[in-house]
Amino acid sequence: MKSAVVVFPGSNRDRDMIAALTRIGGSAPAKIWHADSDLPKVDLIVLPGGFSYGDYLRSGAIAARAPVMRAVAERAAAGVPVLGVCNGFQILCEAGLLPGVLMRNASLRFVCREVGLRVETTASRFTRNYRKGAVLRCPVAHGDGNYRADDETLARLKGEDRVAFRYAALPGEPASGNPNGSLDDIAGILNERRNVLGMMPHPENLIESMQGGTDGRPLFESIVTSLEKAA
Amino acid sequence: MKARVTVTLKNGVLDPQGKAIEGALGSLGFAGVGAVRQGKVFDIEIAENDRARAETALKAMCEQLLANTVIENYHIQVA
Amino acid sequence: MNAPVAITPDLVARHGLKPDEYQRILVLIGREPSITELGIFSAMWNEHCSYKSSKKWLKTLPTTGPRVIQGPGENAGVVDIGDGLAVVFKMESHNHPSYIEPYQGAATGVGGILRDVFTMGARPVAAMNALRFGEPGHPKTRHLVSGVVAGVGGYGNSFGVPTVGGEVNFHRGYNGNILVNAFAAGLARADAIFYSKASGVGLPVVYLGSKTGRDGMGGATMASATFEKGSEEKRPTVQVGDPFSEKLLLEACLELMATGAVIAIQDMGAAGLTCSAVEMGAKGDLGIELDLDKVPCREEGMTAYEMMLSESQERMLMVLRPEQEAEAEAIFRKWNLDFAIVGRTTDDLRFRVIHKGKVEADLPIKELGDEAPEYDRPQVARPPRPALTEKIPEPADYAAALIRILNSPDMSSRRWVFEQYDTWIQGNSLVRPGSDAGVIRVEGTTKALAFSVDVTPRYCAADPFEGGKQAVAECWRNLTAAGAEPLALTDNLNFGNPERPEIMGELVGAIRGIGEAARALAFPVVSGNVSLYNESMGTSIPPTPAIGGVGLIEDATRYATIAFKAGGEPILLAGAPPGWGTHLGQSVYLREIHGREDGPPPPVDLAHERQVGDFVRGLVRDGLATAVHDLSDGGLAVGLAEMVIASGIGASIERPDGVPALPAFFGEDQGRYLLTIRAADLDPIRERAGKAGVSAPRIGTTGGSELKLGSLAAISAGRLREAHESWFPAFMAGEGPAVP
Repeated sequence: MKSAVVVFPGSNRDRDMIAALTRIGGSAPAKIWHADSDLPKVDLIVLPGGFSYGDYLRSGAIAARAPVMRAVAERAAAGVPVLGVCNGFQILCEAGLLPGVLMRNASLRFVCREVGLRVETTASRFTRNYRKGAVLRCPVAHGDGNYRADDETLARLKGEDRVAFRYAALPGEPASGNPNGSLDDIAGILNERRNVLGMMPHPENLIESMQGGTDGRPLFESIVTSLEKAA
Repeated sequence: MKARVTVTLKNGVLDPQGKAIEGALGSLGFAGVGAVRQGKVFDIEIAENDRARAETALKAMCEQLLANTVIENYHIQVA
Repeated sequence: MNAPVAITPDLVARHGLKPDEYQRILVLIGREPSITELGIFSAMWNEHCSYKSSKKWLKTLPTTGPRVIQGPGENAGVVDIGDGLAVVFKMESHNHPSYIEPYQGAATGVGGILRDVFTMGARPVAAMNALRFGEPGHPKTRHLVSGVVAGVGGYGNSFGVPTVGGEVNFHRGYNGNILVNAFAAGLARADAIFYSKASGVGLPVVYLGSKTGRDGMGGATMASATFEKGSEEKRPTVQVGDPFSEKLLLEACLELMATGAVIAIQDMGAAGLTCSAVEMGAKGDLGIELDLDKVPCREEGMTAYEMMLSESQERMLMVLRPEQEAEAEAIFRKWNLDFAIVGRTTDDLRFRVIHKGKVEADLPIKELGDEAPEYDRPQVARPPRPALTEKIPEPADYAAALIRILNSPDMSSRRWVFEQYDTWIQGNSLVRPGSDAGVIRVEGTTKALAFSVDVTPRYCAADPFEGGKQAVAECWRNLTAAGAEPLALTDNLNFGNPERPEIMGELVGAIRGIGEAARALAFPVVSGNVSLYNESMGTSIPPTPAIGGVGLIEDATRYATIAFKAGGEPILLAGAPPGWGTHLGQSVYLREIHGREDGPPPPVDLAHERQVGDFVRGLVRDGLATAVHDLSDGGLAVGLAEMVIASGIGASIERPDGVPALPAFFGEDQGRYLLTIRAADLDPIRERAGKAGVSAPRIGTTGGSELKLGSLAAISAGRLREAHESWFPAFMAGEGPAVP
């Protein structure tokens, strides 16, 4: 699998994402600098986590207007899979590639913990290797993960089976599982064409058993499987 | 020319920071504080002498970057 | 233009210089200093930069070892971990700024320590912090906790380094003077460490990073000033951190270092441009000439005095190979950072500062550092606390006592705190906060590193020498409990006003204790920081020598955590004295149940410590220990409860007849570990303990869902967990949500 990771000034989970993609995709992804206006021909484009441009205006707002994002939007429109994790999700929303917005966590605090993540749809190239309804373990680490959308958008997301992941209680944990107050417990959504996924949790940090689990693996393997089926 | 742009959350959009400030004002003993909504202020110097053109430019800045119009309103004051 | 400022005694005093210190300056330069020169002296000769009160004693600490590449005196210590790699680490305080503006104070503290690490060419891989706040009921405490924790997280999370451990304590002794100690560690190639020593005459001195503003004016002086009422008004001097710029600075510096262009590098921390330039020149036996017209400024009309003392963050000074100047500049421009040649090295050993064509300072560069005053301050040792002679009453209900302790401010879970820190980033965290030590694997090797930060201030207050020993021993023990070989430590010595003999006595006692333990445990001191004058309105903080340690795990698959792994496993108490425990002086039990901080702290037998630790580490390395937990605050009962909470698996403890319950369960005897093993390994391990001369009685068995302390108490894992987890969130929610 040929992939590209877009690096913005302030990206900080780019290295984690590159490590995950290298391990699962078999080759190191291309690193694309935010100021580039061109993207190489790849099977997957990833916007990694971090604090692009310090997130000083709104999370993801400035990155969404970076030169490289025009090319990302064109590829997305052409059907290339685009994955945005954490800050990447925020950027995709700010760029209008996904609907809605990620606001400050309801607690007003940054939250880093392992959450339960329920797979809500397997009808996507990102989730096909999961079992529908399965509850994964996955870390979150963000200050602005509180997903908001208007009623109409929410109804469409649900009606079109575009909620990819919801927060869920982990077995034995008393908490509801929603770490940020997100609307309808939404943790990740797909675009209309189902080739753009934005999600707050970090599957790239759960690839090897040494990291405490491998629940993030199937997400990347799903993309590889999709490519093989398409070929 | 100097301008001030104020960006606030749209009515009906949850504002947890505003809520927290509201609660804190109450606990500091300020009675009678109603709803608090917080926002951002941008003071912008713009090399433009024509008021109308400045306002057009500022509006474009708001639409494209300064505000997320999904959740935020903006207000432009040209000095 | 500035009219020359008259140097009055009052002005000298406001620069923190004593009359005799000013006399020393007059003798040294043979004339009255300019205001800029006075500022430079005040920065170089304050406690923070010169260690004038502590140097005599710091020299007694062991600082070398077979793995030590660089000991104290550079930005951070450097220790060889094999595979051509080195770990670079240090801990530093940001106490006073954090009290005045908790978010920014803590954030810039984290920023400063990260910069210390990557200045040496190391990419930061782990951070920790040691935080001490006033008593929970003090009106400022909640606000300070909220701001400091958010600030630590805000900077570290954005920069992108995992926080792997830390400490949070509450005590009325910190009501007016909190402590924020930040630790960072990075990895570098052992043959590519960068130092501050300049070499070569006529080379460009380059300014990199963010612009200079009036931030933190006199901060280095503030960092050594005692708090008085009204210090809240010092707010304008607090620096503001920009983790985004620091991340860019990290990437730009590492990229530049890889080109071979860097001869010397020093970060601009306290008294930024002054300390960094003087250090680079003095260490390299070179003079430095700075042209302040070239310094990138954020504000207009800055004077030479202001530029030399500004503490704007995220700045670096470097000496570069002139032929690679263009290459260096291109890298910094790419990362959108300022790059300016602001001076050059000279052969005349002068520190010359020129602004608008005028020489604002012209001082002997070596003497600025070398001739700083050094004091042998009078000290009195506190008489040792007498042993507790009366019998400490047993609790009416052991279960209730344990629940109360687990639910107390100091013993409750720190989840509310560490969940605000990114503990996963970089994808290498093997053990995250909540165990004895944080563990990260070392990319590209089969190794892992363990980290822990420790001190027990109430022990130090009762007996600075034993307390200093205990801080080192506990850190060593925590690393050992994870299965790591302790490599070296960094110390952050937080004390009151050294001009008071009893405080000086505490400092000297603690340093002697640290030195003795560090020598006995082969755990050298490779970096550190001294923070004195921590007092408010005449009341000093408890002596708090925080110890940050780093350990090496050769096989990253062989480490231990505190969580029980299965039911039916024997529980051993390694290092147990007869009766399992004996010492109740200064115990958490005494404080939380009887409201007394009394008696001597538990003594540390360093030979015993090492013997037991080596035994436990061996079991972890050989894959024989399934869970390990060191015993410290709260003793055996708390240690067991934490293992039950971490796993949800219960334990039954069978206390033999004749073992008195209270000291067994709540005594804080040192050098003890709880460990679990597979039942089949019991006999060989007993034999192994016997050969090692280590007492390791089996005290019980894992299983069920309750912690049973013999017939005295049976508490469900859920109830233990609820008690442990509930105090902190409830406290922080106490008066409505925190203001952002």
